[in-house]
Amino acid sequence: MKFVNDLKRYWDYTRQSAKAELKSEVASSYLNWLWWILDPLLFMMVYTFIAQVVFSSREQFFPIFVFIGLTMWSFFNKIVIGSVKIVRSNSAIVSKVYVPKYILVVQKMLVNGFKMAISFILVFVLMLIFRVPITWNILYIIPIVLILLVITFGVSNLMLHFGVFVEDLRNVMTVVLKLMFYMSGIFYSITNRVPAPYNEWMMQLNPMAFLLTSARGCMLYNQAPSVKLLLFWGAFGLFVSFVSVKILYKYENSYVKVI
Amino acid sequence: MENREIALDVKDLRISYRCLKSFSIKRSLFQLKKSKVEVYEAVRGVSFQVPKGEILGMVGRNGSGKSTMLRAIAGIFSPDSGTIDLHGHSVSLLSIGVGFQKSLTGRENILLSGMLLGFTEEQVREKMDEIIEFAGLGKFIDMPVKTYSSGMHSKLAFSITAVLESDIMLIDEVLSVGDVRFKKKSYKKMQQLISNKDRTVVIVSHNSETLRKLCTSLMWLHDGKVKMLGEPDEVLEAYEEFMN
Repeated sequence: MKFVNDLKRYWDYTRQSAKAELKSEVASSYLNWLWWILDPLLFMMVYTFIAQVVFSSREQFFPIFVFIGLTMWSFFNKIVIGSVKIVRSNSAIVSKVYVPKYILVVQKMLVNGFKMAISFILVFVLMLIFRVPITWNILYIIPIVLILLVITFGVSNLMLHFGVFVEDLRNVMTVVLKLMFYMSGIFYSITNRVPAPYNEWMMQLNPMAFLLTSARGCMLYNQAPSVKLLLFWGAFGLFVSFVSVKILYKYENSYVKVI
Repeated sequence: MENREIALDVKDLRISYRCLKSFSIKRSLFQLKKSKVEVYEAVRGVSFQVPKGEILGMVGRNGSGKSTMLRAIAGIFSPDSGTIDLHGHSVSLLSIGVGFQKSLTGRENILLSGMLLGFTEEQVREKMDEIIEFAGLGKFIDMPVKTYSSGMHSKLAFSITAVLESDIMLIDEVLSVGDVRFKKKSYKKMQQLISNKDRTVVIVSHNSETLRKLCTSLMWLHDGKVKMLGEPDEVLEAYEEFMN
């Protein structure tokens, strides 16, 4: 398939470009790479404070609970919102040389994936500190992260495509993502805090809510996620990715005419 | 000489800018009546062939479709109809200000641009020193590209595509890059590149002098159509007469 070939062909470029971007990010800030650790940690403190002090939430291992949610959410959020304007912000490249457009998304995913990996290492450190009992269920985190990757890839490709033509898509998406942020239970437990029929609905309609809850379940509370939903969202992610790659191949050469 | 291998084969190429203009959601909601779709045809049915090793020049007024055509050949635009056959040759578009990522250093940009042009990491690294030396940017090569002056920018862009050689080179008005010294150097490099019998070159330029010296044939585009195609001297003469 053309997609696999192109991915192979541009893989080296993507990797180098992601590396260069991470490097330049480090070079241009004061505390440089410390921010990759500080950023999620500080946000963890903010939300822990709000949830425990203001809303008196009582989840076990609450700081890690928030931390896992934030880590996965910010990966998804940053890439999706970034993809809306990605062709425009890379216009220097896009108008000078052919590159499959989803490569731009993959590059962003590498950059943010690296940061997510650091965060996950921190999660394990925190788990040791808080003496979370570790069980075999933790292996479920692998399919969960994979599903997160395909869904992010598919959705971002769609954003990339429509972002070229719809000028104010970014404003719309900011609101949509904010809504999704609150509906995904980043700093509260959907299963425990939302009344009965609604919490099930939220998990079935919002992939992020499902992924976050499952990730916490398998890492912190020794709960296996629902395999049915796992398969469903996995299939959904693959389907969206497939369709979006098709769309991109069909239209990508006309993007330059618009920007 | 007549039966030489064809490197670039363009048939009945048409490219139009449809009103693929971006729209805002409000406008499309409140303005339900369809706005007329404006079609601007930039290239209208151009066919030509370039044999391997030839240097084709292109002249024409601003907006006559020259750059559009180069971009189409480089694979950035999709043609609306017609075909472009490169016969499997690698192609690179050399134009003012190749796509650089502004926050990265010159060195990193060389690597990335090279890889985008289809070279492997090792190939680019091998040529890295040559590119850096040719660009002659001194210590700026390790500074972010956003600190570059426009001249340095184009010097770097030119050096990358000139040193990393591809089979077909498309050159869009770069012969007047940089200061006098670099101009001389790049002109020499161009001639050296061009004298390679295997390289096919398409040049767009407004500079009659360079076209006359470098090209083996010349095409005059007018309003997206080929007005004349032939010996550089003849075409230039007619073109200059027309422009005056």
